[in-house]
Formats: sequence, C-alpha cells, structure tokens
Amino acid sequence: MNAALPGHTASADIAGVPGQRPTAEPLLQVDNVSLEYRTSERVVRATHQVSFEVDRADRFVLLGPSGCGKSTLLKAVAGFIKPSEGQIRLAGERIEEPGPDRIVVFQEFDQLPAWKTVIENVMFPLLASRTLKRAEANERARHYLEKVGLSAFADAYPHTLSGGMKARVAIARALAMQPKILLMDEPFAALDALTRRKMQEELLELWQEVRFTLLFVTHSIEEALVVGNRILLLSPHPGRVRAEINSHQFDLSSLGGVDFQASAQRIHRLLFDEGEAPELDRPVDFQRLRIAY
Amino acid sequence: MSLSPPARQEYEVVLEPFTQAELVRDISLPQRIWQQAWVRKGVILLALAVIWELAARWQNNDLLLPSFMQTAHAFIDGVASGELLSKVWISLTVLIKGYLIGIVLAFGLTTLAVSTQLGRDLLSTLTAMFNPLPAIALLPLSLLWFGLGENSLIFVLVHSVLWALALNTYAGFLGVSETQRMAGRNYGLRGLRFVWYILIPAALPSILAGLKIGWAFAWRTLIAAELVFGASSGKGGLGWYIFQNRNELYTDKVFAGLAAVILIGLLVENLLFNTFERLTIKRWGMQR
Repeated sequence: MNAALPGHTASADIAGVPGQRPTAEPLLQVDNVSLEYRTSERVVRATHQVSFEVDRADRFVLLGPSGCGKSTLLKAVAGFIKPSEGQIRLAGERIEEPGPDRIVVFQEFDQLPAWKTVIENVMFPLLASRTLKRAEANERARHYLEKVGLSAFADAYPHTLSGGMKARVAIARALAMQPKILLMDEPFAALDALTRRKMQEELLELWQEVRFTLLFVTHSIEEALVVGNRILLLSPHPGRVRAEINSHQFDLSSLGGVDFQASAQRIHRLLFDEGEAPELDRPVDFQRLRIAY
Repeated sequence: MSLSPPARQEYEVVLEPFTQAELVRDISLPQRIWQQAWVRKGVILLALAVIWELAARWQNNDLLLPSFMQTAHAFIDGVASGELLSKVWISLTVLIKGYLIGIVLAFGLTTLAVSTQLGRDLLSTLTAMFNPLPAIALLPLSLLWFGLGENSLIFVLVHSVLWALALNTYAGFLGVSETQRMAGRNYGLRGLRFVWYILIPAALPSILAGLKIGWAFAWRTLIAAELVFGASSGKGGLGWYIFQNRNELYTDKVFAGLAAVILIGLLVENLLFNTFERLTIKRWGMQR
C-alpha cells in the first residue's frame, strides 16, 4: 500500500540507504475499515473501506473536509468506535477497546481535568493505567513537562493557563505515557494562528528528539504538509481514500515555496475535484504556423 | 454610491516611561473590609436583630414575642448550663448518621444509573415517586416499623436526603463533557474507578448543590420529627427542647431553641460548605 519512501520513515539501522523500505512491520494497519454511527433516526455511514498503514516514527496525517470521517477514523483507532467492516491492528493485535497504548490529544480545552494541577495532569495516565508508581510517575512527568517548556507551571491549575499552554500540557501528558502511537484530533484548531504556528514548530522539534509515531487529523492543507511526512486524503460523504501523498520534504520553512504551493494546489484539486490538471505546454506544430509578412 | 472613508494622515507617538499615575493602586481599607462576605452578612443579621427588638418592644407581650435581648439571655443561660449544647449534640449526631447513610445510598443508586439502563429507569421512577413525599409524612410509618428509638429518625432522615442528592448527582454526571469521558476511558479507567476519578470530580458543583439541599431537608425534617415525638431513650434533641418549653410557656427559651436551629444552619452553610467550595470548585475554576 505504501510506496517505498526515503526520509523520515527509515529507521536508524538502515540510515544512509535512501529509497530502502525498512523491513519492520508497519505499526498500525487499518484494513478495509467501514465505520457507521447511529443517530436516533438512522444509521449513517461515516467511512467506506478505508485502508492505510502507519510505520514506526511516521507522522501520518488524515486530511479532508468536514464530513469525511477523519475524526471518526481516529476514534476507531483509539478504540472508542468499533468498525462495522474491516479490522484495525496495532503491532499485529486487533484493537478492541480504548487503552493507554494509544493516547489521544483532543481539540477541546477541557480535555485536561480542571481539578488536577499541571504536574498531576501529566502523571494522571501513568497512575490511572497503573503503569508506574507515584514517585517514578512524578519524575517522568517532570521530564516531559520540561520538554514542552512548562516546568515553571507544574503546580498551576489548568484554568489559569492560556490555550497554547493547555495544548502543551496535553501533549506532555500524552508523551509521558510513551504510547505506541500518539493520536491527535485537530489539537491546534482551537488556538489562534500565531500560537498554532509555534505549536507546530514545537511538535516537530519534539518529534526530532523523541521519534514517536504520530497519527494527526487536520482540515488544514498547510498544516498537513508542514506537520506530516505522509498524508492520506479523504473525500467526504462517505469518507473514502482519495490519495496518499508524501510530504516529508516540507517543514515550517517551506511555507510559500514553489514546491509547497504546488503540492497544496494539487491536494486542493484532489479534494475538491476541480477538473483536470492544467495542461503543460502544448508541443508546437510547425505545419500549422502561418507567417505573415 | 458606495461609502468609503478617505485615507487619513498617519502619525507616530514617541512613548516616555509611564509616570503620570500609579500603575497599580491599592483598594482603600473600608472597601477591603466591605469586600469580606461575613462583614456584610453580619451587618444584615445585626439589622434584623434591631428590627426584631423594636417590634418586640412595640408589641410589649413577652408570651407572644420575646425581644432579642430576652432571647439572647435565654440562649446564653442555656449554653452556660450545658442544656442547650447537649441537646444540639444529640440532634447533630442523629443527623450525621442519617446524612451519611443517605449519601452512600445516593451514590450507589447514581452509579447504577450511569452504568446500566435498568439503573437509569430505577432512579428516575423512584425519584419521581418519593421526592415529592414529605419525610414527615413517613414518620408514623417509621415509628411503627422501627419503634421509638433513633432508627426511626434515621429512616426519615435518609428519605429526606436521598432523592434530592441522587437527582442532583445524576444530573451532574450527565453534564460531564464527552471529551473528559473519552480521556478517562483512554487511560483505561472503567466502572467504579471511572466514576471516582472522572465523574465525581467533574460533577462536583452539582453534587455540592445536592449536598446543600439534602442537608437543609434533613435538618428541617429532624427538628420537625423531634417536635412530634422527640425523646429517644430518655434523651431529647433540639426539637424536643423547643416542644417542652412551648408546653411550659417559656417562649423566650422557645425562641432560643429556634435561634440555635438557625445558627447551626448558618454555621454549616458558611463554615463547612463554603470552605469546601473554596478549597475545591472555586480553586479549580469550575465555579465563580
């Protein structure tokens, strides 16, 4: 399913051999998954036979307009929704229920319990899933809190933090659990544009350091190209795979560049089906030239 | 014709360091004193006491309406002799027992309601049936079943606390946002641990409101029940004190007993519940 791609998906062992697919199994396999959700009157098909694979240390993005089922897919990978068709496998095992090996960073600000301080919030998954004892959880929480730059706010309550800081705490909380895969559901959508840019930068820096596997949902083409190294395009009603595109060559500094714009336009065209690609230069047919004097 | 404003001249201002006025100003002492809630409430109580004293003097009938000073004397006498305090203690112990049992049952019922469909139906049906039933109406029944002892009082108290608290707690649980629930399930929390770590703290404002209502119902019901039959194994509570003194026409002592009821209500509300609120939901930003 994935074409052989060089760059970030290559593991450290096979570094220096561009174009070589790592022989490790993909971490996440979504196999022909159809999702339905029921309202009080009817059952709606959200996605139809979607398949993709995510390798270790991939930054895989699900991109599409609203109604394409990308958030629903993320929730299915997290285990909140059961597929009506197909299978989702994480490291070879089927996903049945939500669990701490797939931590989700949500979009809403109230994902952080208001009754816990920042450090308690970051420790919470470790303690709730009984992964670590309190002392070790505290140590690890402080380590990741420092990585997101919020050590000074360890004893603050979430309602005193700004939106960007809450998003950072949520990311620290997810990373502290050291999950197999980090799931993010439009985590920066509720932030202002300047903070959003900063958060994208920080996420990429964190990835450089920690090399976690990321499944990221967004509706913004630019964000997808900057954050991800591989993008799955979904078209709406019902969600079906339209294309898979590489974006490992782009980062924050490529915004505005020619290649970047071309990719963005291509994605836009693929998603909104605006007719054929513009024709390249037509070859000149000398027989048909007329020269006038 | 479309309206478009003309382009005006641009300008820049060179800013000096700000020294014209103070950047931060202290609030004046009288204002700071007035900001304390207990000061303002104390002033209200004082005003009520003055009105009472004036009304009693105008009425000039000790049997019907003793004045504030007379009631205060009777109150201080009662406290000094220890009679009032021991009666208050008896009432409070019975109340606390009934209150705690009511809380435990309410949480059990609500936990059942959030986990199963049957629990939900059970909760809504039972609450609809029993909430409007005044606890005092159950008193003759409970005397029949549990005899003249403390247990009949506790039964009536549990009834008065349980339904209001269960209703409020359930409403609170329903109001917990989907994101918080998903986050809890994400970390592997299920069943009772999920209720304890996620639902109860998130629904704490509603639970606290239910606790306050339950307390008010219970205290009211207890005094009324003690008025009716009061003495349990020879010792009576505050309601019984009021009843006895009414029979002996010591109206000032009756008023002292009533004042004790009111004072305890004020103390529990302002000391216990307000402090709990301040340390929890106000500190967490969940309530203004």
